[in-house]
Amino acid sequence: MTELTTVEQILERKSHPVVRDASVAKTHDMRDLLFELEAKGEIIVQRVPEPYFEMTTKYGRKKKIPLEHTWHHKSCGHCGHLPGYASSILWRHRQFGLDSLDPTDQTSCTGWNYYASAASNAAGQASVMARNFAAAYETGYFPLIHCGTSFGHYKEIREQLVHHKELRDEVRRILGKMGKPLVIPEEIVHYSEWVHMMRDRIAEKQTLDMSMITATVHPACHYYKIVAEDAIYDPEIYGGQRTAVVTAMLETIGVNVADYSTWFDCCGFGFRHVLVQRDFTRSFSVLRKIETMKNEVNPDLTVTHDTGCVTSLDKSQFAAKAHDRKVGIPILSDAQVAALAMGAHPFRVIQFHWHSTDWRPFLDKLGVNWQKYWDEFQGDLDQIRAGTKSGITWEDADKPVNLTG
Amino acid sequence: MPTTLENWNPGKAENRHPDVTYAEKERLFLEVKNDVRFSDFLYGCYECGICVATCPSARFYDYSPRVIAQAMAREDVERVYDIIAEDIWNCAQCFSCVRCPRQNNPGGLVTILREVSLKNGLQETKDALQGYSRVIYKVMLKGNQVSPDMLQPDFFPDWGPWVGEFSANMQIWRKAIPMDSIRGVTDAAWRVDRKTLLELYTIWFESGNMDIIKELDEALYDLLTEVMQEELEEG
Repeated sequence: MTELTTVEQILERKSHPVVRDASVAKTHDMRDLLFELEAKGEIIVQRVPEPYFEMTTKYGRKKKIPLEHTWHHKSCGHCGHLPGYASSILWRHRQFGLDSLDPTDQTSCTGWNYYASAASNAAGQASVMARNFAAAYETGYFPLIHCGTSFGHYKEIREQLVHHKELRDEVRRILGKMGKPLVIPEEIVHYSEWVHMMRDRIAEKQTLDMSMITATVHPACHYYKIVAEDAIYDPEIYGGQRTAVVTAMLETIGVNVADYSTWFDCCGFGFRHVLVQRDFTRSFSVLRKIETMKNEVNPDLTVTHDTGCVTSLDKSQFAAKAHDRKVGIPILSDAQVAALAMGAHPFRVIQFHWHSTDWRPFLDKLGVNWQKYWDEFQGDLDQIRAGTKSGITWEDADKPVNLTG
Repeated sequence: MPTTLENWNPGKAENRHPDVTYAEKERLFLEVKNDVRFSDFLYGCYECGICVATCPSARFYDYSPRVIAQAMAREDVERVYDIIAEDIWNCAQCFSCVRCPRQNNPGGLVTILREVSLKNGLQETKDALQGYSRVIYKVMLKGNQVSPDMLQPDFFPDWGPWVGEFSANMQIWRKAIPMDSIRGVTDAAWRVDRKTLLELYTIWFESGNMDIIKELDEALYDLLTEVMQEELEEG
C-alpha cells in the first residue's frame, strides 16, 4: 500500500463524514481511566448503586444518576445560611420514600476557602475530598453533592488525581494516617441532576399550579463551566446549547422560563469578594444580572442551583434598592421551587424567612396563604422558646400542606 | 530610549517592581511553572479575547485573563510578577474563562499564582486577605466555611435589616429546621463528628497546609496549631 503524504492524510481525514451518533463517536470517559487505576490496585471506584438512570452529558456520554441510597454531601453555604435549601432536598427524598443518609462524618469540601484565599494546596484539597468519599464508601451510600462548587471542585480534583501519580501517592499516604483507602466514585453527581432526573415524578406529585409564574434561570458556573463535559444537556432545552438542569424541571412543573442576555455571566459571588470585598459582588450581581433580568423579562422569580448564587443574587438587592436601582426579584433554588410545587411547608421546610429579598409577592401571585403558615411557624417558635418543644422535626415537616387553602 | 538590540524586548513588561530582584521574580515564576497542574492549565493563547469577554472581574477591574495566559506562555518573568502583586486577587474564580478555545484555564493559573504568593509570604497577598482570617479559622477548625453565628450586622450591614432580625432570632430559628444534622447548630453549618474533625486536622498538618498559614498570619497559625494539636493529642 502506498504511503500517504501528510497532506493526503489530512485530506483523507477531512473526507470522512462527521459522526453524530454519540454511541458510535465515543467521547472521553473519565471512568475508563478510573477503572484502569482500580485494576492496578491504586484506587477503589465506588459504583453507582442500582437503580440508576442515565442522563446525557454535554458531548453525549451517558451519566448514571442514582435514584436512592444517597449520601448527602451537604453544602456549608446551604446549611449555614440557607437551611431551607438543604431541607428541601432531603424532604423530597422522603416524599418519594427513597433511602438516603444525612451524615455527620462529612466536612465541607473547603473549596470555597481555596477559591477565596488559596490557603491550601493540591494535596490538601484532594485529601479532603478523598476523606469525604472514603467516609461515604464506608457506609455503602453513594455521594450526592449538594454544592455546585463542591461538585466542580471535586471533578477538577478527580482529573488531577487521575493524571498525576505523585498526587495520588501523596493523598494515599495522608489517608493512610487515618486508615482510609483512596476512593473515587464512578460518577460525581450534583443534586440538581437528581432533581432533573426526577422532574416527571415531581410533576406527578405537584399540588400547586405554577403556570402564572415567569422565572429566569441562573446556571451556576461551577456546575457547568468546570469540567464542562460532565454536565447534563438535552437537545430539547435551549437546543442543547446550555445545561438542561433547572430549566427542564421548571418547564415540567409549568413555570414559564424566560430568557435574558446575560445568562452566561456569573452571579458575582467571587468567593473572597462576597466575604471581604462585597462592593464587587453587589455591583456585578445587580448590574449584570438582576437589573438585566428586570429590564428584559421582569420575572416573578429567579431560580438557580448553587449556594453562592442564591446568596449573592438575594442578599445584594437590599443595598441596590437604597440606590433606587431596579431590583426586587426573589431568589430560590430549584430544590425549593420543586418542594413548593409538591406542597412543602413554606417555613418548616423551605425556610423562606432566611431569604432577604421580599418573597411575599411571589407567594401571593401563586395564591399561597403564606400568612397562615407563618402564624403556624410562629407557634412552633413560641413552643421552642417556652421549652415545650425541642425543635422542628421531620414529623412536623414531612406532611405536604394545602398551600392555597 | 531608542530601541537597540540590547534593550529590544518585544511584548515584555517594564520593571514595575524594582524593589524585587529579577532572580527572585524568576524563582517565583519557576515555582508556578513547576506546579504539577501548570501543564494542564496552559496550552498557548490565540489572543481571541473570549476569556476577557466572559470574565466578570474584567468588567469591574483593570484585569485580564488573556494577559495572564499570554504572560505565562511567553514566560515574561516581570509581567508575571506584576500579575502576582497586582491582579490575582481580582479574579472571581467563576471559571467562565475556561471557555477558551485552546483549553486554557486562566482561573486555574490564578489559583497556582495565589498559592505561590501565599507560600512566599508576599505582602500584597497579606493585604488582600486582611479580614479573611476568621474564615480560615472557621473552615480549618470546624470543617465548615460558614456558620450562622458569622452572620452579624457589623459584618454584613449591606444585607440590610434582615441580618439584624436573623441575628436576634438565630438560636430559635436554628432549632426550627427538620434536619437532624443542622438542628440547633449555630457555630458550624452542620454537626461534624469529633473523629472527622481530627481526621481533617491530620490532613492540614500532613499536606503542608499549616506551613501556608504560617506564612500568611503567624498569630492565626499559633492559635490553630495549639487548638488542633491539643485535640489530636487528646484523641
